[in-house]
Order: sequence, then C-alpha cells, then structure tokens
Amino acid sequence: MRKIRTYQEVTHETESGLLEQVLEQQEKLAERLSQVKSVAAIASGKGGVGKSAVAANLAVTLAKKGLKVGIADGDLNGPSLGRMLGVSGASLVDRPEGLGPALSPTGVLVMSMELLQQEEDAPLRWREPSFGGFVWQSTMETSALREFLGDVAWGDLDILLVDVPPGTDKIARLLQLLPDLHQMLLVTTPSEASRFIVSKSVRMAREAGVPTVALVANMTEQACPSCGHKSQLFEGNGAKRLAEDSGLPLWVEIPFDAHFGSSTDLGLNPETPSNQAILTLADKVIDAMSTEKP
Amino acid sequence: MKFLCIECDSVMDFAERRLPGDGTLAAVFSCDSCGRDVAMLTNPMETQLVSSLGVKIGGREVPAQPLETVRTSLEGGREDAFDISNDSSSQSAEQASQSGQSVTWTPAAIDRLNKVPTFVQGMVKRIYIDWAKEQGVDEMTPEVMDRARTELGLEGM
Repeated sequence: MRKIRTYQEVTHETESGLLEQVLEQQEKLAERLSQVKSVAAIASGKGGVGKSAVAANLAVTLAKKGLKVGIADGDLNGPSLGRMLGVSGASLVDRPEGLGPALSPTGVLVMSMELLQQEEDAPLRWREPSFGGFVWQSTMETSALREFLGDVAWGDLDILLVDVPPGTDKIARLLQLLPDLHQMLLVTTPSEASRFIVSKSVRMAREAGVPTVALVANMTEQACPSCGHKSQLFEGNGAKRLAEDSGLPLWVEIPFDAHFGSSTDLGLNPETPSNQAILTLADKVIDAMSTEKP
Repeated sequence: MKFLCIECDSVMDFAERRLPGDGTLAAVFSCDSCGRDVAMLTNPMETQLVSSLGVKIGGREVPAQPLETVRTSLEGGREDAFDISNDSSSQSAEQASQSGQSVTWTPAAIDRLNKVPTFVQGMVKRIYIDWAKEQGVDEMTPEVMDRARTELGLEGM
C-alpha cells in the first residue's frame, strides 16, 4: 500500500486557508473587544425566565449610573432588545471599520437582528439551498453572533452585555467565541424545572472558568395591586436551592412586574421593587468589574 | 483541509475558485512539482456550509466587510437597515482626486451600483473597490463589476 501522509504529517500551511481565516476572525473579535473593559453574558439555559428583560433593565441602569454600555442581542430568532430599548427602526451607520450600532434614548448602544429584518413578523430565514439547512444553520447563527460582537464598532465601552438565548448549547457557543468572558449572570426562577436546567449552565460556566458567575432569581413573587398581598408565582424554592447546591451567590431576587420589560426605552421608575432589585444588581455587576482587571 | 499530490508527495497550492452562480463552487489546486491540477467541486449544501463559517476556500482576495456573512445570507433584509449617506467611496473622478481615493466610478457603474439593494449596497461597493485595487484597476465600470461578481461570488447582490 502506498504511503499517504496524514494531515498532521503535512506541515505545509493549509492551502485551503480555512483554518487561518477562522483564526483571523477570532483575532479580530478579540481586538474589537479589547476596547471593552468588561463583557457580561445574561444567560440561563431555560427559556421564559426573563433574561432579555433583565438584560435591558440592567443596561439602562448601568447607563444611568454613568457607564458606557453596549448590548448585543444574541437571540437571533426571537430578538426583543430593539423594542425594549426603543431603537426599533434605527439604522446602523455603515462604515468599513465597523458598523455604528443603534443608540437608545437612554444612552445604550444596541445591536439586534430586529434592526436588520424588513418585516416585523418575518421569522429568521437564510438564503439557502433547497436541502440540508440542518447541516449549516447553527454554524450560520454562530457566525452571525460573532459578527454582532466583532463587526460592530462598540468603541471603548465600560461594559458590553450579551443577551444569550435559551439552550445550554447557546451558552457553549458564546463561551467558545468569548473565552475571556468576565461575568455570567444566570437568570432563573423559583421553579424546580428552572433549577434543573440552569444547574447545567452553572456547570458549563464553571468548567469554562468564567471569573464571575452569579444567579439572578426573577419573578420570585408578585404583589396584589389592590391590597399588596404577596404571593408566589412558582411552586418551590429552586433559585435558593440552586444557590446553596452550587455555592454561587444569588445576587438579587426580582419580584414579578408587569411593566418590567416594557418601560426600558424611557428609563426606570426607581420606586418599584423590581427596579430596586435591578439597581442592586447593577451595583453587584459594577463591584465585580472592579476586580476583573488590574 | 489540505490537498496532497500523492505521486509527488507534495502539497498542492490553491490556484483558482469559480462560482457559477448556481450555489456550487469549484476550487482548483495545483501541484508545483508535476503540474497536475485537481478541482474540488461542492454542491450547494457544501458550499453553504463553508460560507456559513464566513470563510472562502483558498483565502480571501479582499478583506471581510462588517456583517458580511449576515448581509449576504439573510432573507428579507431591511431596506433602511444601514445608513450609507456618509460613505463616499463611489464618486466621480474629480471627487476621487480631491479625496485621494484611487478608484473612480463611471456614471454607468454608479447607476448600476444604485440598483443594488441598499441592505448590501455599502458593503458591495467597498468589495468592488477593494477588488479593483487588488487587481490594479483604477476605474470602476460595469465590466469591472461583472468580473468582480464572477470571481468573488457576488451573484444575487
């Protein structure tokens, strides 16, 4: 049998150039984010826990505290941050050195798939051959997220928040794109189902060595608008149990607020319990930032 | 991905890429030692898989543009998603001379560019200019645009 050298035995650089280009993409992303003091992911693994609302409110609160804040909507299939932050319909400035992101009325720089789609009710679709979308669609979405992070001229931000869609696989992809991620806030609810799923994300974040990982319990209780009586929305004590089991800090408990996800384009009313919790959360994030880099 | 000429035990060099516009791709690799050429042919799904990585087989002739993968692949892109009003890259000879740019656009080329959907127009314009510079072309004409489209696979844009 004739000898055929293996890939590893052929030390000549790859003539297809694919590996080199992928490495260049990673370098470009790292260079872009080198101007950003801190990158924080708002994730969960579980859907429907209010990640985007927490992310939008946190972004506005950090901006109100004087920080330069950007936010990338990693939820390509269900983008909501453009609407929540009041930038729907904004145009991105098209420059060769990087796209100028949308600027919210509250001073947050925003990048979201919502800004790129013509029809409000159009699902995300890629130009594709007639067969085989399942082979490449997740690769395409990872590339899109990479471009959202690396091709937008974020400038010298104090913090860039990344809203990560449901699914622990999405967290894994983000961690591969951003191996130097500084903070990961894992949003959960008191439910047992949420505890079970978010525990997987906890493990993933820990194994990736993210320096700061913390829990945010959302929709912990609701108050009757008439009498003020407080009641639980979910059975169980999953968020606290997850904190105890994992040893992670439970930074805040955010009570249910019907207006939580809808008023962020105008800023927050600091009087409400949910916004008080977000103020506390913002302080925790800022404290963590101070210990990230010398 | 490497291509090895078994007879010569030599790595083959990338020579040429062709995109006929039907979603398929041909990438030609040559052996420096014996002169043999081989073509790697990919079907639309395989071509798309590589495109989804945001890479080009054989390397890039021109730098990647911001959001290039998304803009070339997204269906239903918003017409006014990008503000290109401050992009002065397509200009007359006099304007180009004043701004120090090396590629001038004929009126026919500008007219053709203006027909490109605005979702990709700014990006496509810069790609044409980068390609012209790479080729040593200093005047953008519809013919130059045709050549660039074929070589870079800009069909549909």
